[in-house]
Amino acid sequence: MSTEKSIWRKAYEWHEERLPIIGFLDHTIGTKYPAPKNLNYWWNFGSLALVILGIMIATGIFLAMNYTPHADHAFDSVERIMREVNYGWVLRYMHANGASFFFIVVYIHIFRGMYYGSYKAPREVLWWMGIIIFLLMMATAFMGYVLPWGQMSFWGATVITNLFSAIPLVGDEIVTFLWGGFSVDNPTLNRFFALHYLLPFVIVAVVFLHIWALHIPGSNNPLGIEATPADKIPFHPYYTSKDAFGTGVMLLVFFAVVFWLPNSMGHPDNYTPANPLVTPPHIVPEWYFLPFYAILRAVPDKLLGVILMFSAILILFVLPWLDTARVRSATFRPIFKVFFWIFVADGVLLTWCGAQLPEGLPLVLGRLGTAWYFLHFIVFLPVIGWLETPKPLPASISEPVIKPAE
Amino acid sequence: MSNTAHAHAADAGGESRRDFLLHSTVAVGTLGGVMMVWPLLDSMNPAADTLSLSTTEFSVDGIEPGQGITVVWRGKPVFVRHRTASEIEAAETVDMDDLPDPQADDARVQNPEFLILVGVCTHLGCIPLGMKQTEPRGDFGGWFCPCHGSHYDTSGRIRRGPAPANLEVPPYEFVSDTTVRIG
Repeated sequence: MSTEKSIWRKAYEWHEERLPIIGFLDHTIGTKYPAPKNLNYWWNFGSLALVILGIMIATGIFLAMNYTPHADHAFDSVERIMREVNYGWVLRYMHANGASFFFIVVYIHIFRGMYYGSYKAPREVLWWMGIIIFLLMMATAFMGYVLPWGQMSFWGATVITNLFSAIPLVGDEIVTFLWGGFSVDNPTLNRFFALHYLLPFVIVAVVFLHIWALHIPGSNNPLGIEATPADKIPFHPYYTSKDAFGTGVMLLVFFAVVFWLPNSMGHPDNYTPANPLVTPPHIVPEWYFLPFYAILRAVPDKLLGVILMFSAILILFVLPWLDTARVRSATFRPIFKVFFWIFVADGVLLTWCGAQLPEGLPLVLGRLGTAWYFLHFIVFLPVIGWLETPKPLPASISEPVIKPAE
Repeated sequence: MSNTAHAHAADAGGESRRDFLLHSTVAVGTLGGVMMVWPLLDSMNPAADTLSLSTTEFSVDGIEPGQGITVVWRGKPVFVRHRTASEIEAAETVDMDDLPDPQADDARVQNPEFLILVGVCTHLGCIPLGMKQTEPRGDFGGWFCPCHGSHYDTSGRIRRGPAPANLEVPPYEFVSDTTVRIG
């Protein structure tokens, strides 16, 4: 072995002295980021979300090159992408289903954080950044759904923007401002396209803050206890390879949907061009908004429904203080664990209710589900934290595995 | 990864299962990435409807000698000039040694009366002047490009200026005596 440095090594060191970007990446997702050695596959979903964000930006940029943000041409330009543009159908189906997969992955990521108490001190700001990303995702997805200018695009835009008309005194003025006119029309489409292109890059910036905030305390882990240096392994190669495997599995499912079930999560009415004079008989948002849509419709009062719907997300900001338990992981919290799974089921129930007409049984279940949703945060979490006796925590991550010989 | 892999590699005489997994994973991942990049880039190529616009038909009926028309083919102007007898003679009798891009006039026309050219300067893509009788036609009676001063003769050949080549002759055919299809 020669001790002489190679020319590549010298060039690398020369560059690193001036802009240490490789070293920065190495500290962020490389060999210099020690992660707890017991992370399970639920910890894949942050990386998976990042992969999908990359897919969405890449396909979105190329779709934008063939899209026309004008009320008279938008629908036709999307159909042109599907029929005339080389591989346009792949790009559009990847982008449309990519949005659904982004939400699937992020919902699992959020539930993982809830199960293992990842929002608790010292990770509250990390949690906040995640909620902000979630809110930005919802705004981006909503505006993206408007761009094809089909019937669901148009009436979805009309209904969602009209939520703001519930604001007392200035509601109508705000809605006119959002529309740039007196109805959803070309100015609305233009600004939605501009914002739909802008917001993903804002998301990238907040993802950067999210990862920065993650690296201050380091990753939480399935046991929810502090990981000592002895209980940590380098992110690369251990978690890069684990995440790569998870990415492969996700892409298999993703492309199965893209190629064989590309319209399964869309609504057929959106293949009808927007008609400002006719509302489709059954307006539903994309599936990932359904639980919040169910909460909106659970309340027979316009303003209160809107307030409740926004509160359903905003309440997540104070979750770290509503959960009074010191123990993070549900593994050691027998009562919380039951309530966690009921909460997941409640989310599924609300999703179902959101897709039904708000009458009869779905309305009753939607109201019960809404009540449970808020009770979970405001009543159950604080009370469980006080009453529950957690199981004994292990002294370290290794301790339950490496028991001394008896 | 390299440390562990190389420790095994020393035992296995330069190869190990881990090296194999690493290299095959990187190879498949790279191949997949490249295969994904192709649809993205190919979507920027002309789409099917753009390619289907590639022929244009027009009539030369009614173009008087000395006059010309401009038709659009693939978004570009195509010059169609009904040449006068003296213009044809000037084009046919020029000394090949005087041409930067030597080409006989009869190689550039199907019917000597009608000169059909892509009206895009071969220098940097401006549209040369000369289709209207009031426009400057340069020192050789053909076209003059106002951008950087290229002079073309009555056969559309470059005679002076920075352009490297003659005005391009598009693929075309006379589908009847007076109807031409380009493309």
